[in-house]
Amino acid sequence: MIPLSSADTATEDTSAEDAPAEESGPSDEMREALLAEIAGLLGDSLVESHIVPGKQLYLRVTPESWKETHRVLRDEMGFKFFEFLSAIDWMPSPFGKSEDASADAGIPVTKVEDPGEIEQGFAGGETRFQVFTRVVDISHDTPGKSVGVIVKVDVPDPHEDPEPVLETLLSIYPGTNWHEREIHEMFGIGFTGHPYLEKLYLPTDFEGNPLRKDFPLLARHVKPWPGIVDVEPMPDDADESDDDSGAAAEGGDDA
Amino acid sequence: MTAVTEPTEQDQLAYVAAKAADSRVNVELETDDGMTLNIGPQHPATHGTLRIVAKLDGEQVLWAEPIMGYMHRGYEKLVEVRTYPQVTTLINRIDWLGSFANEVPFILACEELMEIEAPPRAQYIRTVLHEMGRISHLIMGVGDMGVQIGALTPMFYAFRDREYLLNQIEAATGGRFHPNFDRIGGVKDDLPAGWIAETTRIMKTMTAFCDQMDDLLMGNEIFEQRTRGIGVIPPELAQLYGLSGANLRASGIDWDLRRDSDSPMAWKHADFKVITHTDGDSFARTWCRLQEIRESAKIVTQLLDDLPSGPIMAKVPRIIKVPAGEAYVATENPLGEMGYYVVSKGDLGPFRVKIRTASFSNVSIVPWILRGVYVPDIITILGSLYFILGDIDR
Repeated sequence: MIPLSSADTATEDTSAEDAPAEESGPSDEMREALLAEIAGLLGDSLVESHIVPGKQLYLRVTPESWKETHRVLRDEMGFKFFEFLSAIDWMPSPFGKSEDASADAGIPVTKVEDPGEIEQGFAGGETRFQVFTRVVDISHDTPGKSVGVIVKVDVPDPHEDPEPVLETLLSIYPGTNWHEREIHEMFGIGFTGHPYLEKLYLPTDFEGNPLRKDFPLLARHVKPWPGIVDVEPMPDDADESDDDSGAAAEGGDDA
Repeated sequence: MTAVTEPTEQDQLAYVAAKAADSRVNVELETDDGMTLNIGPQHPATHGTLRIVAKLDGEQVLWAEPIMGYMHRGYEKLVEVRTYPQVTTLINRIDWLGSFANEVPFILACEELMEIEAPPRAQYIRTVLHEMGRISHLIMGVGDMGVQIGALTPMFYAFRDREYLLNQIEAATGGRFHPNFDRIGGVKDDLPAGWIAETTRIMKTMTAFCDQMDDLLMGNEIFEQRTRGIGVIPPELAQLYGLSGANLRASGIDWDLRRDSDSPMAWKHADFKVITHTDGDSFARTWCRLQEIRESAKIVTQLLDDLPSGPIMAKVPRIIKVPAGEAYVATENPLGEMGYYVVSKGDLGPFRVKIRTASFSNVSIVPWILRGVYVPDIITILGSLYFILGDIDR
């Protein structure tokens, strides 16, 4: 390594300290301008939005405008690069994180007393399920200028309300084909207009939608698992090491 | 002697058809409206257990549909019951040739949520290992492309030279394919003594490999005839299908996350070219990969030359809890863009992780691109798209 003079290092340090503040300002503005432009085009169909400064722009649109939103983003805003389409089940798992001792002791599928409330993430939401896509404008080749947007949409629970509310995006982004099939088998969420919404990964006779939070991961419950018990104490904290070894011994007895 | 009835031709056909339906063996079925050719799941040309069913009219493909799931491991579900440090062990196995590169975007996403940044030395080490993973991956891609057209020599040279890289990766991380070396806040260990000099020397071998391949493969008349003008992907369509990596750049789109994103990794300190090609055919894709090996070797040499000193771990709590929030971080992995959409609720483990893999999107264009091609070109097109089954099935 070339030794730097102390003066150089000092200037570098200050610039490194100033840089995040300076960068987050403009990129913030950039995303806000982008959001204003998108909001103007989408009008009422944009329900909510959220900006993580310098990182990401989240939009939430109405289910009716799902396809139209993507058409606007692709044709009028230039977001031509389709990154992914996925879904999320916001319900806290009724089986917990399966990290606690009961799972390790091999007690079969126990429901957690109080899994907690459904709490949606950025850009809010009203339903348990959300579908989201990310599309990017890759026409700018300056670092940080090419931005992507994450578009979310509320979807009712497909087990209670099996009628699909979303239109397929196949005619906008042909790459959504397999993504939509995956979401259909993993969550049960359907897409109207998709010509071949068959299982993508799972066997044809598989029952259930594995990525739903109420689908138990049985492998995790039938086999003891070390979980979060840290059996290797850190050398510098003597107090905690006693606790840890005790916990490890108990875990061993249970197993 | 007991008389055994000779099976009629119809009986034989029915038997073969039943076998095909049952055990999905590699057979050809002839019907009135063309022939169905079943490629895989165990065909050597499909890089694993991808199965493609193609409907043929003579030598021409009427339609083709990949059938996946033979290697689906459900990582998106499995990570929900693991703690953040445990996740890297799983995700190492997604794109098994890319090794270290799989861990990087996930760790970066966690760091973004925790609002910490690894110290510069750790970022340099990460970038160097990431690029070495890319070289060892793309070497196989180029060698494998030779195999697809019947040239076995490039593959053996690729195996030979990849060994040098794997030895170096093993020396630094302890693992050849699954390093599990990246940590939230830095990397596990510092580089061993003498590693830098040896790696710099090996990068020269890699450049020599590229020269050799330029002569052996790219300048080979048979290779050009089998790949030029075959499987052309138009740039607009490549974007709409979400193609990334060399597959996108071979269609003339100048897009590389190493340069075009403000990633905290050390790529911004290196001087390298983003390789593009305008043809968009099988040849262009393979050519881009080969040239990318050169650029990666350049990056590794440069970064090792000005590797900063200092700590390799930021200050992170002993038990890692990631604050609630959402983050999507993608990096330019050997096969293309790989990203993790991490949703945290402030627990010890992620609430949901969406894994965006490059191969999944790259292969999703297969039904489109195989329509109308001839049977021998199926193999070269698949080889030039270059995918890893674990990266498709996750």
